[in-house]
Amino acid sequence: MDQIITAVVAVVGVPLVIFGYIIGGEQVIERLPGRLQGWARPYFWALPAVGFATIFMVYPMVRTAVISFRNSEDTDWVGFANYHYFFTFPDTLTALRNSVAWLIFYTFFAVFLGLVIAILVDRVRYESLAKIAIFLPVPISAVAASIIWKFMFDYQAPGTPQTGTLNAVLGIFHGDPVPWLLDEPVVNNGALIFVGIWTAVGFCMVIISASLKAISTEVLEAARIDGANEFQIVRLVITPLLWPTITVVGTTMLINALKTFDIVYVMTNGAYETDVIATRMFSQLQSAHYGRAAAVGVVLFIAIVPLLIVNIRRFQQQEEQR
Amino acid sequence: MSAEQVTTRRESAVTRSVSALDNFGYRLQRLPLHLVIIIICAIWIVPTLGMVINSFRSLQDMGVAGWWTTLFPPHGFTLESYKQVLAIEGVAPSILYSILITIPATVIQLSIATMGAYAFAWMKFPGRNLFFIVIVGLMVVPIQMTLIPVLQIFKALHLSGTIISVWLAHSGYGLPFEVFLLRNYLGGLPREIFESAEVDGAGHAVRFLRIAVPMTIPAIASLTIFVFLGIWNDLLVALTFLGVSAYRPFTVVITGLVTSFGGGWQFLTAAAVLQMALPLAVFIFLQRYFVRGITSGSVKG
Repeated sequence: MDQIITAVVAVVGVPLVIFGYIIGGEQVIERLPGRLQGWARPYFWALPAVGFATIFMVYPMVRTAVISFRNSEDTDWVGFANYHYFFTFPDTLTALRNSVAWLIFYTFFAVFLGLVIAILVDRVRYESLAKIAIFLPVPISAVAASIIWKFMFDYQAPGTPQTGTLNAVLGIFHGDPVPWLLDEPVVNNGALIFVGIWTAVGFCMVIISASLKAISTEVLEAARIDGANEFQIVRLVITPLLWPTITVVGTTMLINALKTFDIVYVMTNGAYETDVIATRMFSQLQSAHYGRAAAVGVVLFIAIVPLLIVNIRRFQQQEEQR
Repeated sequence: MSAEQVTTRRESAVTRSVSALDNFGYRLQRLPLHLVIIIICAIWIVPTLGMVINSFRSLQDMGVAGWWTTLFPPHGFTLESYKQVLAIEGVAPSILYSILITIPATVIQLSIATMGAYAFAWMKFPGRNLFFIVIVGLMVVPIQMTLIPVLQIFKALHLSGTIISVWLAHSGYGLPFEVFLLRNYLGGLPREIFESAEVDGAGHAVRFLRIAVPMTIPAIASLTIFVFLGIWNDLLVALTFLGVSAYRPFTVVITGLVTSFGGGWQFLTAAAVLQMALPLAVFIFLQRYFVRGITSGSVKG
């Protein structure tokens, strides 16, 4: 009951507080001398957002970097011991290997399938219906998606009725049931990555499709008149024109791949060598190995830095065009 | 996606590859296209459909035969799983906690983000570009990089395990993206409106509350849906800050049940259906806003 009251107070109160902050603050600022006014006002307006970002992101990032060089109790410096642990301990190396696999396969197939599907459905009359079907997994949480796919991957011993959809389909073709999520690292990681792809393709498709619609029909028409077949048009005309969008979507997918946590955590919890960097970090966190957990966080961050730079560059280019 | 564009493209394809007589040949030629699309759509729908159907079957049925057997009589549909899931201690309250986390967290961050975005869009100040570049950078920083110190901050403030702590954490993590998006939208509004308001003596408070906010409602609406579902579906933040709290939200409770049940987890399909009902309803009824919210971030940014 208390929680409900707190929530209601927050929902009503926070906008009111912001409102009061703006009105009250402007009252004060308007009484300041001219030059001071121009100086103080922007900072006053940006303060809440910048403050939040500083407290919950900038400061913690610096602090995490520091913690990564300290022991679990945060009482002494340990140099690079936590990093040494990360790059030598077999379990974390497995996680590193799997994250690389996620980076490559998840990113490639999500973007590739998104592109292919966007191009295919563009040519049929039931396009919007097909898009809804592909997009359906996007609003679904990774938790629900994991339960959905636990059923798809369900495995019963050979000879008993297979209740998992995939193994039942295999049964139709007289194949042996496959223990998708159990001990074969290529199979189980592949299965998890596929679930990731399944949830991401709709996102890629929608964005690529939006750019596809912006390609002028004259360009395609000209290519057809010149005698290009449909495959050539896709390869030589559409894909190059969509390339800027594909790189944007690809960057987003790379970042998603590195941050992958939910699907692995819910479906296998890292069992049978399916850990990724983010689940590894979480288990270190839970066992209160803060130094090691922080080191994993730093590694994850360093892996994302190139993408961060790409994003900032792109932003700056756009600013110049404004 | 304009309808005319699609039709012109299709008609031109028709005129190109079809002499007036062999329409049938053209149809036949396009058959593989339809087949591929239909198969892909099936792969994308069947898993969800199968689980929803399973959620209406008894645990016993689920153990001996797949969901597709239910499509033929005797169907044997039952609400048993739903009753069973909701009877588990903590499940029903966790749905309430999810709501109590999601709504305030969304309101808090969007109020703050809109105000900040206005400053970045319509005020000039030293360091503005630098601040904003930092914000663009923060959009991609993995939250793993921040979890431990934020946990320590909450501990120091005696907020560990409270709902307030996740409001604050979600707000902090969501703000960079929201400020970025809203600043681009606000910055795209016509300058003349703000200038003439200034000439008329309207201060920044009036310009923000009476002009900027009302004109930004479409962007705020899309963003609200996007942020709301992001928090509703979140697992990592809730698990980190409320993992052992009494106020665990729905996703955390479901995950706990999945990992602890081992064999008899099948009735959790009902929980998954309940959890995804809200996002799917939002998607189906507010499709346009939903898709706009998702695309606006990447196409422009």
